[in-house]
Amino acid sequence: MSSLTSRSIYLRRSRTSVFAGFDPILTGAVAALLVIGTLLVYAATRDWYAANGLDPQYYLKRHVLNILIGVLLAWGTTIIDYRLLRAYTPILWGLGVLGLIIVLIPGLGAEVNGAKAWIALPGGFQIQPAELAKISIIVGMSMILSERTHDSNEPNTRDVLQALIVAGIPVIFILMQPDMGTVFIISAAVVTIIAVSGASSRWVVALLLIAVIGAFGATKAGVINSYQVNRLQSFVNPNADTQGSGYQLRQARITVGSGGLFGTGLFDGPQTNGRFVPEQQTDFIFTVAGEQLGFVGSAGIVLLYLIILMRAFAIARRTNDPYGRLVATGVTAWFAFQIFENIGMTLGLMPMTGVPLPFLSYGGSSMFATLIGFGLLQNVHARHRG
Amino acid sequence: MNQRVRLSLLVVQIFVLTLMIALLGRLFYLQVAAAPRYKDAALSIQSRDVINPAIRGLIVDSSGIPLALNRVGLAITVDRITVDKQPDKGVSVLAKVSSLLGLSYTDVYRATRLCGELPKYDKAGCWTGSRYQPIPITKEADPAIALQIVERTNEYPGIDATPVAIRNYPGYAGVNAAHELGYVGPVTEEDLSGKNGRSYYRSETIGKTGLELQYDEYLRGKPGIRTVIVDRKESITRESQNTQPVGGNHLVTSLDVRLQAGVESALADAVRRARGSGYPADSGAAVVMDIRNGQILAMASYPTYDPNAWEKGLSVADAKALFSEKNNVPALSRPLQGLFAPASTFKSVSVVAAANAGYNLNATYNCPSETQIGNRAFQNFDSKALGRINLKKGIAVSCDTLWYQIAYDEWVRDGGLKPKSNPNDYFFKAAQGFQVDKKTEIDLPSELSGRLPDREWRKKWYAANKDFYCNYKDRAKKSQLTPFLIELARENCLDGDKIRAGDAVNFSIGQGDTVITPLKLTQMYAAIGNGGKILRPSIAKAIVSTDGKIIKKFGAKQLGTLPATPATLKFLEGALREVITAGTGTGAFAGFPIAISGKTGTAQVFGKNANGTLKADTSWFASYGPTQNPRYAVVMMVSQGGFGASVSGVGVRKIYETLFGVTGSRIDPAKAIFPDGRPPVKIPKISPATKLREDQ
Repeated sequence: MSSLTSRSIYLRRSRTSVFAGFDPILTGAVAALLVIGTLLVYAATRDWYAANGLDPQYYLKRHVLNILIGVLLAWGTTIIDYRLLRAYTPILWGLGVLGLIIVLIPGLGAEVNGAKAWIALPGGFQIQPAELAKISIIVGMSMILSERTHDSNEPNTRDVLQALIVAGIPVIFILMQPDMGTVFIISAAVVTIIAVSGASSRWVVALLLIAVIGAFGATKAGVINSYQVNRLQSFVNPNADTQGSGYQLRQARITVGSGGLFGTGLFDGPQTNGRFVPEQQTDFIFTVAGEQLGFVGSAGIVLLYLIILMRAFAIARRTNDPYGRLVATGVTAWFAFQIFENIGMTLGLMPMTGVPLPFLSYGGSSMFATLIGFGLLQNVHARHRG
Repeated sequence: MNQRVRLSLLVVQIFVLTLMIALLGRLFYLQVAAAPRYKDAALSIQSRDVINPAIRGLIVDSSGIPLALNRVGLAITVDRITVDKQPDKGVSVLAKVSSLLGLSYTDVYRATRLCGELPKYDKAGCWTGSRYQPIPITKEADPAIALQIVERTNEYPGIDATPVAIRNYPGYAGVNAAHELGYVGPVTEEDLSGKNGRSYYRSETIGKTGLELQYDEYLRGKPGIRTVIVDRKESITRESQNTQPVGGNHLVTSLDVRLQAGVESALADAVRRARGSGYPADSGAAVVMDIRNGQILAMASYPTYDPNAWEKGLSVADAKALFSEKNNVPALSRPLQGLFAPASTFKSVSVVAAANAGYNLNATYNCPSETQIGNRAFQNFDSKALGRINLKKGIAVSCDTLWYQIAYDEWVRDGGLKPKSNPNDYFFKAAQGFQVDKKTEIDLPSELSGRLPDREWRKKWYAANKDFYCNYKDRAKKSQLTPFLIELARENCLDGDKIRAGDAVNFSIGQGDTVITPLKLTQMYAAIGNGGKILRPSIAKAIVSTDGKIIKKFGAKQLGTLPATPATLKFLEGALREVITAGTGTGAFAGFPIAISGKTGTAQVFGKNANGTLKADTSWFASYGPTQNPRYAVVMMVSQGGFGASVSGVGVRKIYETLFGVTGSRIDPAKAIFPDGRPPVKIPKISPATKLREDQ
């Protein structure tokens, strides 16, 4: 341990507030994104709602409420005791799977854009169990891969297979929705967790191969429905279709590109205010940043993500506890791939999938899940000595 | 934490760092490197232009009397934005307004659809403008009905009445000039494609033909453009620019309203007289040109049409009638699109050819009733034998046989059917000197060039038709299989690529394959009258801005010089005068107080009319005058009109009567079109209120 880390431990110990243990850089970056996200959600919806005679602050109010609930969840996740979390892990996992089953039951699950991903709740609220399932999978896998029932220091084949079953069951239900974006993000996180668990590197190679073959085979065999294939194909040739998903991708790119270096100014983007990009307060929130804040603002957002991810890696590296390290690594991989998938889709680097952008997109389930993920990182950080 | 785990974590971290850097790189490309392209793309998505058309410039005659101006009409318009928001998408209100205006619902429905909204194969009547401007369904609403609509806005939501400018050809002094003025119409998709090298805005009214098309860029002005920013639902969110329209400039022409009206009625009168004598007289043309500068003072085409028909709203049947053979294709502008054999008027060219070939113009030549050319006898006109006469007399009485002999001798001298490698071709060269095969270059669209059947033309013709004539019995229609035509085909197959004796002699009297437009003949006779200058005929004199400034003046342009010596021209002038004093034109000009020079022409036409009768002769009269101090060239042609002198000759006399203010044998200078003897040079003041002085 370097002297620098020792000093930080010392500093943290000296605090007594409820925020003790919060990594200030990580927290600052997340807080900055939450503020930016609030402004962007408002900018994405204000003029359109006003022009159509609706409450221009409708989304703003709900977004702030989501953040407040999310922050409470994050705080709770941070202060909860490790052992307690581990004890609750099977229950957490079971609830996640149950949610995924419910969405598939006709009448209970709501279908949006061809995917049955939502449970409609009274009061116009919806929850997306797949978001919470990500956490279930990460903590579940981490528990199995960090607990040793044998002498070996590294997880053996049985451990890895158990972990894959823990991940596989929810993934199958998510595939049935289908929500390919989430499957992609979970798969990437699963491979990362196994890679960092100390298991044989052959597992990593094998899983990567399975992922590639699986993706190819799924497209060919028609597991992915035509809606998904359209979105994948429009990624390959965005000009082929002028109103469907190719249209959305092209509009997204035009909107970002038209922002230029400094953008049109917050609340002042004609592409955003004309609502040429669909889903612009949720999955395409980054287009609002691109147009209104320009390269300077949107690159700033990417840099904030980079800070969060690098702090998260530092937390994973520093902890002495294998469970905490795997949880931190899993959350980091989830965030990283979800950020890359979402912004990459907006910029035309990735195919179109409906995944929200962590900390920025409007949407309760995603906001709660990502803030819980953030809480998990803080939890591992606060108890890094194990 | 063992080394392997530490390494795995590092690999993942580097991978994630790479992904974020990839995002930054892509962001840089989109927002910095390619930003201009995306900014343009965004602008085209968000912005919509609403065009506010400019007031079109006037077209006036040389003294400022309007030939084309703008009238105020009452348009009933449909606002698509409002109508589309109605629960039935405007069906009921459109139906209601259609029945109120007495229009068909289908027409109104189609008129209010953007062209992109109608199927590809059936776009007729669609609106070429944008959704954001009121779409007119009629421009000529009854004010009482318009008032009804405006007063009961809640019964007619989205419908409005507004005054609009309508192009109007007022027809002062009864002038028509439809073919010269042209007409205007809405921009079509083809116009917008930029194929004709001009750029237009949607929903503009543009010139479609005639002067309206030729000088459209001056007349049209610059429309006002209001650019609005719209959202995905196409509602306007704000306005980004709003420029006011700039009125179009005025066009001053060399036409004179009263002369034009006089020429039109002289032509119609000639057609009537020909018909009275039993000729079909299907069409005609008359041209008056200032021979010193090429300016067209009047030009008429028969049959004609109402130039206001387009703006009044042309039905499909009306449009078809304009192009129907049964109505003799009124849309065709005969002076520049009608091609006819010039017949004896062409002998002026032959005089130049003979002089250049060394024939003595003052000698006498034999004018028998027929000339034997090979095994075929070519008849004189009316088969009259006039004995030995001098050439001047030969022109005056229009002897054909003396030309047959000269043309045949020259043909033999050039090698006959085995032409020399460098033949003299005096006749073809004289015709080329008159630019018979070239356009006159008048400033009107769609002019046709004449045909000069020289050796080169014949070779091209043969290459194109050889297969047909050499396989005539297989290729020809059953009705074409007559013994005469089969024999003709055999001959054409045999030596159709060569100038035969018959071709050479026919050429000398303006028959055979030679065809020219009446305007070309005017240009040729103007050149004889002005001492040999081939001038480009022109109608535009100047472009004048709305505040009265002269923006552009159009000057005279010489295209060439006749291949004739001063002596030849002097002889020709004398001969053309003798046509009037002691020749074929004497009757037509009996007692006319001003000396005129001219030439009659009566051209045989091969083929049959639709009713099976043989085609009647083309009647020509080409002239210039006054003889001593030539100023005007006047030409008239009546297709299937019969004799040159009695139909067109008399018609041309009537034109001169109008021009000089002649009644019978008396000149009244006060009644002359140009009281000081020459067309005005000064560019007039332009006002739509300028009226014809009725006391004249």
